[in-house]
Amino acid sequence: MVLVAIIVYILIKVLPEIGWTFLSQSPSDMGRGGGILPTIVGTLLVTLLAVVIATPFGIGTAFYLAEYTRGGILTRIIRFSADSLAAIPSIVYGLFGFIFFVTQLGLGLSILSGGLTLAFMILPTLIRTAEEAILTVPQSYREVSFSLGATKWQTIIKVVFPSAMRGIVNGLILSVGRCIAETAAVVLTAGSALHMPKSVFSSVRTMAVHFYTLASEGISMPKAYGTAALLIILIFLINVVTNILVNRMAAKGR
Amino acid sequence: MNKPIKIVINNFDYYYNKKQALYKLNLEIQANEILSVFGPANSGITTLLRSLNRLAELNPEGRAEGEILLDGKSIYDEDVNVTELRRRVGMVFDVPTPLPMTIFDNIVYGPRLSGVKNKKDLTAIVEESLWQAALWDDVKDRLGMPAMSLSGGQQQRLCIARVLALKPEVILLDRPCSGLDPISTAKIEESLIQLKEKFTIVIAPHNVQQAGRISDRVAFMLMGKLIEEGPNEEVFANPKDQRTSDYITGRFG
Repeated sequence: MVLVAIIVYILIKVLPEIGWTFLSQSPSDMGRGGGILPTIVGTLLVTLLAVVIATPFGIGTAFYLAEYTRGGILTRIIRFSADSLAAIPSIVYGLFGFIFFVTQLGLGLSILSGGLTLAFMILPTLIRTAEEAILTVPQSYREVSFSLGATKWQTIIKVVFPSAMRGIVNGLILSVGRCIAETAAVVLTAGSALHMPKSVFSSVRTMAVHFYTLASEGISMPKAYGTAALLIILIFLINVVTNILVNRMAAKGR
Repeated sequence: MNKPIKIVINNFDYYYNKKQALYKLNLEIQANEILSVFGPANSGITTLLRSLNRLAELNPEGRAEGEILLDGKSIYDEDVNVTELRRRVGMVFDVPTPLPMTIFDNIVYGPRLSGVKNKKDLTAIVEESLWQAALWDDVKDRLGMPAMSLSGGQQQRLCIARVLALKPEVILLDRPCSGLDPISTAKIEESLIQLKEKFTIVIAPHNVQQAGRISDRVAFMLMGKLIEEGPNEEVFANPKDQRTSDYITGRFG
């Protein structure tokens, strides 16, 4: 109920605000006028980069933990670290990203620094959700696969991974949502430049950061709500689309 | 009666950690016969079956000692290719376990792994295996359906077809009819009796009656030890060991 109330409230506030101009133009006058196109592009790029970097590592680690090292001391250390890291406030990741990527590696305030930092931030969640998904795949599937002459690798690729797909994708959606919604870590690493990014080394302002700036500095409440609504719609769309895709894949099997 | 010996088990022990599950087993299995290994729960029958295709070693706590020869060659030798061995010695489990894919994909899972890619060959394998498992008429029009949509009995026959598609030499069945209704059970028994023309079958029956109905020879196991083995009629008509006779007359177990 509360959730619906929040969404309805924002959408009502905002409907007059969102239009083609809002979606397709750069902001003018610090965000009081114009649209928010660069921030949409910025959000998508930073998130995409983070997910592309984190996913292979996350899923790889999860399979390593679940399939290759059941119950060892190393497994427990990795698991414990992942759980601890998942609970750390995002601004700490931001600070780490700022010191390491921005200053130390000299990447500057850029899409690249932001993406890398967010990748670190979502990695623990990705690992743990994927690992849980892999562990729920019935052991009997693995036995059947082995008994039909499959190697461990073939079993993982052909049976375990497809069966764990849905859970893994759920973790991925969760991570994407966190990236899109992130402010603190992004301000510190990707900056808050309002222009259109030219390369991965450009600084960008994501939608969440834009919203935060507009609202907290009292620049323009209507534009702030517009951004918020678009954020919600974006996350909603991503959820719907991935769900449809996963359902379609899963429908082939069961 | 003198068929060639397919499998020889020599002084075979099996341990889970320190707990011993099989004690000095000695048994010969002839080609093209159905051997029933029966006994009460916890007798080590599943462990024995899983040792024959080295599936038992998936359990990291397990340890085998002794020898099992398949066609005169030890399957525990270092140069044995385990995946190859498991193709030669196929297994059907107690619970029907279709993989979460279509009926077609389930059956060609094994052949695809060994490199069969041609659609025509795969279709031929599917049809032949389903015929042998007496499932073709039930599913010929819905090979693209998820295997999970079949009934329990059909699922188990699918699992048998899936093993047959490997073109194995030996088929192990671990209480394959335990969750099935009498009609499905009868169908599976019927196909097993036909299949022994081509394969060597080792089955853990789900009760003594089933052992009596389908087997050429039977072996009685108790607490990890082989108590008695011999031709079906002999063991059931006049068992040599008191414990065997107690069990088959239903006095315990």
